Amino acid sequence: MRFERREHRPLSLLIVTPVVAVIAALALAGILISIAGAPVLDAYWRILTGAFGSRLSATETLTRATPLMLTGLAAAVAFRARLWNIGAEGQFYLGAIAVAAASSKLLGNFPAPILIPLLLLIGAIAGMVLILVPLWLRLRFSVDEVVTSLLLNFIAVLFVSMLIDGVLKDPLAFGWPQSQSVSDHAMLPKLIARSRLHIGFTIAIALAVVVHFVHSRTVFGMQSRAAGLNPAGAVFAGVPLGRTLVKVACLSGGLAGLAGAIEVMGVKGYVTTDLSPGFGYAGIVVAMLANLNPLGVVFAAIFTATMFVGADGMSRGLGIPTYIADVTVALSLLTMLVALFFTQYRIRR
Amino acid sequence: MMQVFDIIASAGLWAAILRIATPLIFGTLGALLCERAGVLNLGIEGIMTFGAMIGWLSVYHGADLWTGLLIAAVAGGIFGLLHAGLTVTLGLSQHVSGLGVTLFASSFSYYVFRLIVPLANTPPTIMPFQPIAIPGLSTLPFLGPAFFTQTAPTYLAILIALVMAYIIFRTPVGLAIRMTGENPHAAEAQGVNPMKVRYGAVIIGSALMGMGGAFLTLSAFNSFFPTMVQGRGWICIALVVFASWRPGRALFGALLFAFFDAFQLRLQTVLSGLVPYQLFLMTPYILSIAALAVMARRARVPQALMQPYRRGER
Repeated sequence: MRFERREHRPLSLLIVTPVVAVIAALALAGILISIAGAPVLDAYWRILTGAFGSRLSATETLTRATPLMLTGLAAAVAFRARLWNIGAEGQFYLGAIAVAAASSKLLGNFPAPILIPLLLLIGAIAGMVLILVPLWLRLRFSVDEVVTSLLLNFIAVLFVSMLIDGVLKDPLAFGWPQSQSVSDHAMLPKLIARSRLHIGFTIAIALAVVVHFVHSRTVFGMQSRAAGLNPAGAVFAGVPLGRTLVKVACLSGGLAGLAGAIEVMGVKGYVTTDLSPGFGYAGIVVAMLANLNPLGVVFAAIFTATMFVGADGMSRGLGIPTYIADVTVALSLLTMLVALFFTQYRIRR
Repeated sequence: MMQVFDIIASAGLWAAILRIATPLIFGTLGALLCERAGVLNLGIEGIMTFGAMIGWLSVYHGADLWTGLLIAAVAGGIFGLLHAGLTVTLGLSQHVSGLGVTLFASSFSYYVFRLIVPLANTPPTIMPFQPIAIPGLSTLPFLGPAFFTQTAPTYLAILIALVMAYIIFRTPVGLAIRMTGENPHAAEAQGVNPMKVRYGAVIIGSALMGMGGAFLTLSAFNSFFPTMVQGRGWICIALVVFASWRPGRALFGALLFAFFDAFQLRLQTVLSGLVPYQLFLMTPYILSIAALAVMARRARVPQALMQPYRRGER
């Protein structure tokens, strides 16, 4: 058996690929569900109705998809330039805690129209600052950024834990480690009344469109792609590699930090160390499922959120551990990798 | 200051160092073997988690401890096979495939564990490996209790490090592995099959990672809980760079690292209240990053690391 590189990739193949990958992942997860002794189709039906069966669950799913879109975009912009930012989780937390700190200690009295954009910006900057550490280590000491950005996740969460146990601790939280709440007028307006869905959702979609435009229509987008495809060739062609990577890193870290800021200001109102159930890591899957396409990220994030939100209901009904959602999402990353391979190669003989 | 000295002079610290180092030795050797053959294995964190889970589960269901360790190794090897299939046969990005393996292996571990062990207030426990006093040596003052009353897997880890150093630098198999990691095309010209070497290295390396995870549940602790690997896998990846891809230095690096970890644990009790405990918990990760920054430039990376090998394609 040999693999042969395809001369051209038909567009239809690129569209069908993620669908096939997701179906394959669901089939594999189905094996695990049936081993657990539950009817597979019923389980998937319960996931779907659990995620979209009512107005409440549908808005809940879209609320959950919002941070995933942003961390997915963060991974997509970085991975396109072969900048392996695995630190979105830490950048998320740093963005979140920066917002809580700025709102409760400094800017609480600003009026909402100024306060909200300012806080979002502060969250994004916090994320950028964190990713510049591994980037600096790569450019200065040629240290692979995968491990450094990942280790910074642990450091960031511990740092947040230290702050919410110390200077930022909410004295009204009965000794629970929880940050002071952001002021009421710093909370993002709701999109739909009597739900948790907030305008962060529209912000995330708008940013997906902006990132798509930047990628496909600007010099920076072209440079970042060139840096990823062939760094040596890019330098030869006059792409300022270091500067491009700094910009890519700021965009990626900024989006992840913004995800944290939006989650605090949109949903919780305060920071705890379980603010993120792994949004940073799930963002990697979202980006891969979307084949690093910014618009695809929107759909991939909704799929992932569907699995997570829907699995809760299925788990209660059928007695299957909710971890099946994580398993399915991880499996879809692996099946997507294989599926993408077959868009580039065909089997010979 | 006297208290700091007391900590360093206590045999308990040095015994703890070997204990803390053991999973790191297994994991670092495993990652090192993969990378020597040219494959980065970021699946390590997940594979260690799965090894910890499956090893514990086997023993909980009546297997003896060595069988549990073996099952963890086999399970690790199977995940290695998956990673090798994706990165060696298909030549996919080793970064992304490894992360995929980690995400899958860890969530799969939690799923299987929850499926079999229902939620309880006190997690069920097993009887773990007991310390073995090496006759003669264990009665030495200070050295005895510090170094010669460890559990069997700790001795095994040190033995494997020495054997691996011998194999890599002194045997034809080791030469084939090193050539494959440096230049698979040249290796093939010499009659070595780089695909087979890479498969072998990734499978055996991942088996070691599985054993490293199992040490946590079968020897260091006696129960399994999610997130118990706590980034040890990533630290192993950093330690490989620190060790410049040499098994002997990997052993040294793991012990040095464990020294700081054991030391900070004890320093915490001395300085409790003065310094937030989170700062102490950060030190292993900060140390790993510092080690990477110091060693990365000096280290000689296997030249073909992360490069897929396809016959007839350059």
